[in-house]
Amino acid sequence: MKMPCFDEMTTESGAPRALYQRIADWIEKSPPGLLDSRAKQAEMLFRKIGITFAVYGDKDAAERLIPFDIIPRLFGRDEWSRLEAGLIQRVKALNMFLTDVYGEQKILRAGVVPSDLVFRNPCYRPEMQGKRVPHDIWTHISGIDIVRVDANDFYVLEDNVRTPSGVSYMLENREMMMRLAPDLFAEHAVAPVENYTDLLLASLRSVAPPSASSVPTTVILTPGQYNSAYYEHSFLADKLGVELVEGRDLLVKDDIVYMRTTEGLKRIDVIYRRVDDEFLDPLVFKPDSALGVPGLMGAYHAGNVTIANAVGGGVADDKAIYTYMPDIIRFYLSEEPLLKNVATWRCREPDALKYVLDHLSELVVKEVNGSGGYGMLVGPHASKAEIEEFRKKLIDAPTNFIAQPTLSLSTCPTSFPEGVGPRHVDLRPFVLSGADGVKVVPGGLTRVALKEGSLVVNSSQGGGTKDTWILETDAASN
Amino acid sequence: MLSRTADNLYWVSRYLERADFLARLIEASSRISALPKAYSADHDEWESVLIASGADETFYDHFDAATEANVIAYLAFDPRNASSIRNCIEFGRTNARAVRTALTTEMWESINSAWLELKKFEAAHQALGRVDREELSKFLDFVKATSLLFDGSAYRTMLRDDAYYFSRLGVYVERADNTARLLDVKYHVLLPEQESVGGSLDYYQWTAILRSVSALTAYHWVYRESIKPWNVADLLILRQEMPRSLLSCYDNIVRFLDAIGGRYGRLGPAQRHARTVKNRLENSSIKDVFQHGLHEFVEAFVTDNNQLGSEIAEQYLIS
Repeated sequence: MKMPCFDEMTTESGAPRALYQRIADWIEKSPPGLLDSRAKQAEMLFRKIGITFAVYGDKDAAERLIPFDIIPRLFGRDEWSRLEAGLIQRVKALNMFLTDVYGEQKILRAGVVPSDLVFRNPCYRPEMQGKRVPHDIWTHISGIDIVRVDANDFYVLEDNVRTPSGVSYMLENREMMMRLAPDLFAEHAVAPVENYTDLLLASLRSVAPPSASSVPTTVILTPGQYNSAYYEHSFLADKLGVELVEGRDLLVKDDIVYMRTTEGLKRIDVIYRRVDDEFLDPLVFKPDSALGVPGLMGAYHAGNVTIANAVGGGVADDKAIYTYMPDIIRFYLSEEPLLKNVATWRCREPDALKYVLDHLSELVVKEVNGSGGYGMLVGPHASKAEIEEFRKKLIDAPTNFIAQPTLSLSTCPTSFPEGVGPRHVDLRPFVLSGADGVKVVPGGLTRVALKEGSLVVNSSQGGGTKDTWILETDAASN
Repeated sequence: MLSRTADNLYWVSRYLERADFLARLIEASSRISALPKAYSADHDEWESVLIASGADETFYDHFDAATEANVIAYLAFDPRNASSIRNCIEFGRTNARAVRTALTTEMWESINSAWLELKKFEAAHQALGRVDREELSKFLDFVKATSLLFDGSAYRTMLRDDAYYFSRLGVYVERADNTARLLDVKYHVLLPEQESVGGSLDYYQWTAILRSVSALTAYHWVYRESIKPWNVADLLILRQEMPRSLLSCYDNIVRFLDAIGGRYGRLGPAQRHARTVKNRLENSSIKDVFQHGLHEFVEAFVTDNNQLGSEIAEQYLIS
C-alpha cells in the first residue's frame, strides 16, 4: 500500500521548497554519474579510514560500511529551534524521571506512571534504588529518534538513554561533505557540529565525583574491537583525548577504580561506558562476563567514580514508558510537551483495547518488550487470518501490547547509480546533559531507508546515512 | 599510557618488521635456489629458511618436505603459520585497530590499506590455488612497501612520547632477533676456514645473507673489497652504521628504553640488561667473536634478546 508522504525537498506540485532550491539546482546541474562517482569516492575514503561497523554472525561482512548518501538533508533555523527546545525539555524530564524513580517515586505514588511498568521492567536496577548520582544526571548522552510527517510536526519515535551510538557518523559525514561538495557546503552557511566532542568532554568532566582533581581523569569503556560500534568508541576517545579502555585494563582497589598503565596504576574519575549495565561488574550482574570490572559497582556506590550514562537508566526508554512521556513532562516541568509522541494505545487500558481491536487493520501493534520487528502486527499489510490470530493474543494478554497508527515518514532525495529518488528518513540528534545544563549540537544523524518504499532505516538492515545541515535561514519564511 | 596500548604498539611494529624480514628472506633464497646446482653447493636452502624464520617446528605438521613451493606457501600465505606474512599483516592490523587512538591517521591508513590489499590478493588467488613467481615477487614488494610506509609514517607523524618509544622498541627488538636468527642458520658459511674449502661456492650464500638484510650495497661502501665472510659477520653484528646490525639495534633499544625510563623517572631491569648487551657488542671485535665461536656468540645473543623481550613485557606491558 503506497501512502502519500511529505517530501522535504519537493512540494506536491513538484517544485522545490525554497530551503532546498540550491540543492535542487545542484542535483539538476550535476552531470549524470557525478553524484554516483562522488558516492564511490566517499565509500573508498570511509573504508580506508576504517569507519565500519560489525554485523554479528555474518563472517564475510564482519566489517561493513554504512552507505553514505551524498545529498544532504536540510533544516531551517526555525525548524531546528523548535526541535532543540523540544529535545532539551524531553531530556530534562527524562533525568528528573530517573532521579524520582530511583529516589522518592513521587510519580508512581501520584499514579501518573503505573508502578509495575517500572519495577517489572528488565532494565530497572534495584541496586540503584535510593542512590543519587552527581548533579542528578542519569542520561549524559541521549539519542532521541525523531521523524516528521508534514511541514510542521516532529514526532519522537524512541528515546535512547542507555548507550546511543551514531554520533561518529554525524561528525564524519560532515567532514566527508566538506571534502566532496565544498562549494555546495560553502553556499549554505551550515551550523557546525565539530564542537560536539569538546562539549561531550566538558559535560563528562562536569559530573566527576567531588573527590576528583580539577582535571578529572576520564576514560571511554569499550567492549572491544569486535563490538559493532568499536570504530565510534575509538573515534571518540581520539577526539576527546582520553584513554579507550577495556574491562581488563581496569581494576578496583578499596572502592577506587584504576587503569593499568606503563607507569603503574592511575586513578579514574569518570567512565563514559559503551558497555551495557549487565556487563559492567561481574560481581553484581552477569558473573560470567569478561567485559566488565569486578568491584566497579562498589566504587560507583561509594561515590568514587561517575558512570555515564548512569546505571539503570534503561528503565526510561522502553516502549511502555515511552507512551507516558507526555505525562512525565507535564508532571515534572508543568509544561506542555513540545515534541509529539506517536499516538499510542496501551492495550492494558480497556478503552484503548476496544479501539485497537476494532481497528486492527489500520494499526501497527507491537509487543512492549519486543524489538527488531519481532512479535509485531502491521495491520495494513496483514492478512485476515493473521489479524484474527493477533486478536486472540491481544485478548489473552493485553498488557503486553501497544498499538500505533502507521506513520508515513517524510522522504528526502537520495542518490543512486540510476538517479535520484525520494527515500524515507529519520533523525537522531544527540543531547548532552551536564552540570551546566542540557545542550544539543545543531545537527544529528539522518538515517535513510535505501530500499524504495521501505521504512526501515536501521543500518543492520540496509539503511544509509546523510549529513544533516541546519541552515541560517528559516524554512517557513520563504 | 595504558599497558595494553603500549603492548599493542610494540607488537604492531614487531609484526610489520617481521613481515619485511620474511619477504627479504624469501626473495634472497629464491635467488639461490634458482642457481644451477654447481653454484649452490649442497646447502639445504629452504630448510634453513624455515629455521631462520622460526617456522620449522610447525611446518612439518602440515607438509612432508621443505620444497620451495611448500616453504613459500607456508611462510608467505598460510593462515596456519602464526608468523606467516599474511598473519603478520592481519595480526598487526588487529593490534593496530585495538589501539587506533594511539596511532596517527597515516599509520593506521597504511596498515589498514595493506590489510585490505591482502584480502583482495587472497580473494584473487583463492581460485588459482598457486601463486606464480611474478605474482609472488609483486606480493613481496608490496609487503616491503607496507613495512616501509608504516615505519615512515611512524617516524614522520608520531608525537615523540612513550607511544613512539614503545613502537620503536618493537622494531629494534624484532630486527635484532631476525638478524641473529639469520646469522644462526648461516653461521657455518661465514666461518673463516670455510673459505679455503668451499670458497667461491659460498659466495652466493654470502650475498644472499646480505640481501636478506638489504645490506649488499652497504657492504661495498663499508669495506670496499670483495665479499669476505668475516666482513659479512662484522657488518651484521658489530657495525654501528649498518641499520640491521645487532649493535645498531641495541644502540636504538638502549636509546628508546632510556627515553621511556627518563620520561617515567625510573630505570629498571630492562634498561640495565639492554645496556649490558650493548656494551658487550661495543667491546667486541670480530676476531673475538670468531675466537669465542660465532655460533655460541649468536646463540647467546638470541637468548639475551629474548630475555630483554620478557623484561620489557614485565616492566611495562603487563601490570
